[in-house]
Amino acid sequence: MSVRRPLPRWADVALLPLLNLALAMIVSGVVIALIGQNPFDAIRIMTYGAFGYGEGLGFTLHFATDFVFTGLAVAVAAHAGLFNIGAEGQAYIAGLGAIAVGLLLDHTHWLLVLPLAIAASAALGAAWAFIPGYLQAKRGSHIVITTIMFNFIASAIMVYLLNYVLKPMGVQEPSTANVMAAGKIPQLRQFLPFFGYAPLNMTIIFAILALIFVYVLIWHTKFGFAMRTMGHNPTASLYAGISNSKMIIIIMMISGALAGMVAVNEVLGVQARIVIDYTSGYGFVGIAVALMGRNHPVGIALAAILFGALYQGGLELQFEMPAINRDMIVVIQALVIMFTGAMEGLLRPGLENAFMIYKPRQKADAVARETVGTEG
Amino acid sequence: MSTSDSQSTPAQRPQRGAATDLAIELKGINKSFGPVRANRDINLKVRRGTIHGIVGENGAGKSTLMSILYGFYTADSGEIFVNGQLAHITDSRHALRLGIGMVHQHFMLVDNFSILENVILGAEESALLASSLAKARGELKRLAADYSLDVDPDAIVQDVSVGQQQRVEILKALYRGADVLILDEPTGVLTPEEADDLFRVLHVLRDQGKTVILITHKLREIMAITDSVSVMRQGLMVGTMPTAETSPEKLAELMVGRRVLLRVDKGPAHPGKTLLEVKNLVVADDLKVVRVKGVSFTVRAGEIVGIAGVAGNGQSELLESIAGMRDQNSGDVVLNGNVLSLEGDDGAARARLAGLAHVPEDRQRMGLVTQFEEWENNILGYQDEKAYGAGLILDIPVARKQAEERMKKFDVRPPNSRLKTSSFSGGNQQKIVLAREMEHDPKVLVVGQPTRGVDIGAIEFIHNQIIKMRDAGKAILLVSVELDEIRSLSDRILVMFDGHIVGEADPAVATEGELGLMMAGIASKEAAE
Repeated sequence: MSVRRPLPRWADVALLPLLNLALAMIVSGVVIALIGQNPFDAIRIMTYGAFGYGEGLGFTLHFATDFVFTGLAVAVAAHAGLFNIGAEGQAYIAGLGAIAVGLLLDHTHWLLVLPLAIAASAALGAAWAFIPGYLQAKRGSHIVITTIMFNFIASAIMVYLLNYVLKPMGVQEPSTANVMAAGKIPQLRQFLPFFGYAPLNMTIIFAILALIFVYVLIWHTKFGFAMRTMGHNPTASLYAGISNSKMIIIIMMISGALAGMVAVNEVLGVQARIVIDYTSGYGFVGIAVALMGRNHPVGIALAAILFGALYQGGLELQFEMPAINRDMIVVIQALVIMFTGAMEGLLRPGLENAFMIYKPRQKADAVARETVGTEG
Repeated sequence: MSTSDSQSTPAQRPQRGAATDLAIELKGINKSFGPVRANRDINLKVRRGTIHGIVGENGAGKSTLMSILYGFYTADSGEIFVNGQLAHITDSRHALRLGIGMVHQHFMLVDNFSILENVILGAEESALLASSLAKARGELKRLAADYSLDVDPDAIVQDVSVGQQQRVEILKALYRGADVLILDEPTGVLTPEEADDLFRVLHVLRDQGKTVILITHKLREIMAITDSVSVMRQGLMVGTMPTAETSPEKLAELMVGRRVLLRVDKGPAHPGKTLLEVKNLVVADDLKVVRVKGVSFTVRAGEIVGIAGVAGNGQSELLESIAGMRDQNSGDVVLNGNVLSLEGDDGAARARLAGLAHVPEDRQRMGLVTQFEEWENNILGYQDEKAYGAGLILDIPVARKQAEERMKKFDVRPPNSRLKTSSFSGGNQQKIVLAREMEHDPKVLVVGQPTRGVDIGAIEFIHNQIIKMRDAGKAILLVSVELDEIRSLSDRILVMFDGHIVGEADPAVATEGELGLMMAGIASKEAAE
């Protein structure tokens, strides 16, 4: 019989992720050394590339904006006990809302475009998440399976639309028409030249607002209470008279809406149109961000910046060290995702044991809890 | 499993022939989990050919001690003697080889195997089953004859009664050569009649020279069948005495460390108008098997109606359905004259709104979110009320303040509303649920297993609170598998068997025997014939 020994909170939210990150860095370093490059140079280049100068920082924060949205999408669902793997597809479909507003209101003003684009993207992201939510709530189809499938469906629909419906006449590439004027969300470099050519735009403000919104929603509203009840114990929520089926649908829609915000950042903030696969896996990175950030907005903000840095630093590395190609960058990113996301619990037992040696009081509490629970 | 375990050192060898009359002797057993000392310097002597009871509250260390004897844990220090020989028991197989067998509270049987197959499971002697089965069949016959443990070796386990299944567990241990049988809360799942059967079997086992160690929290059973009894409290062995020289009151006092009132003190009921009426209720379980087969009854203001029955006869489904957690196939629940609409997965909210409070049978699975802080559980089910914030935002300071007031009133310890609910003991968790449901001033209170897994001291408090609610004019429906609890709290008793109410009894006149027959469905069959 093993006794559960919870870590102190600071170790759980700060120390463990940092150790995981360090482990990922070490393994990445070994990989870099194996192809004959200097891992310390690589780390220096990545760090400088991500944070060392204005434009690099701008790119890092731009990527982080996407990761905040997808990370929050995963976290909100996770608090309700739902594993939304469909942020990728939800963000992809939401692009249609963003581009529609951008193109239709291209002649007006960005102050009008921004809120409407957010609303439209959120609505489409929510609508796409509604279907798996409904299927789970009313038909019992497992949300993990359906959201994975809906990523493929979203991708297929978008390819079809971009090739046959939305592609303007005379354009070879499958994409929508370009937003030319007011439909573009202003980039911060227009006001702050410090950011160089970085695509960082107004959407980051909404990412910060979304972090605050999610914090309040989860811990300070009655809805958040119901949501956490269901997430921890669906039988208790039934007992409490909370309709699990309604909750599942609503929470999936909130999750999808958050994922949909990626569209505003990417479609109207940078590319001014939808191109094939513009979401480039940001939805999946959101899972790692949420895991690493312990589903808490503060953690998600930090994890999003880390992953933003990894993306931007990776691009820089590719440029500075030609021996490290695009595939190598993917390997490094994958290692970080693996160690901080999928294998996040790898060091936990060891760390818990280490803490037990120094904190016998906690062990006593844990044992007391266990024995009370099991004695007849 | 080193060989030195079963062979004693020369110094101890003389005892082997000297045939001590102690089957088990524990000397100075210590077991700590960190600084928590689960067993402190425990000495215990169990004489061969006796039934020895061990009582104690939750967390007193009984299970830890038995786990050490059965090889689940190793003691930090201390010695175990089996038949006078020092033994270092390393695991349960080793314990079995020394002749120590255990019957667990939850049976470890393969439901779709025959009794014979279950008995040899894990003790097959060759790769081919046929010879083992034939040998076991003969052995089983002999055991059945010796210990009056009749079972049909070819019956499938899932088709036989719970009492029979328990016999299979005992047979399993005997088949493996057990001389000492440890039974952990063996009567929890039995009807009174089946329990009597078990006691008869235990007596036969004892008379044939086997030794029985009985762990229980039911003092009545201790008094009825044991020869001697040991009491544990907070990891200490506080006393061992011949059963004939003690009384339930004395045992309870030893267990708790203070005087405890075992009888519930209550005045006569003054029933008022009907507050809860259940009409022809039919309810199915999660597998769509109909469990409640047309049940009707009423509960009036100021009375406690107890539903007695062996676990699994539809009481749980009945309770959940009345509380709005489980859809009804047909029938009505009428509360204070209004038919409740309970369908859908938020039926519980409408039941609450109508004035029904529900203390669920399984507090950890239903009544609490154990990961929540205490104050959050204090509003569970009532979170949407204006009192906790007028709009969408939860008024956390108000909720915390109220939680701490209730914790004081219900003596929940420690009275800290910021603690995680899982860190409270069973009794305190139950008080948290009771405080929430009772303080809400409901019209009707439905209570399931109010004292399951609760310490004796807290039981007294909980029973008094339930009586208080009755005297305040609430209609109370009580479901419990503890017949004693039903008999001492209820003003009227309904007996449930196989989804039907098979009888009503007045707790003042009904004997345990009569109730037991009804619970076993025998009275109803006779009535039908």
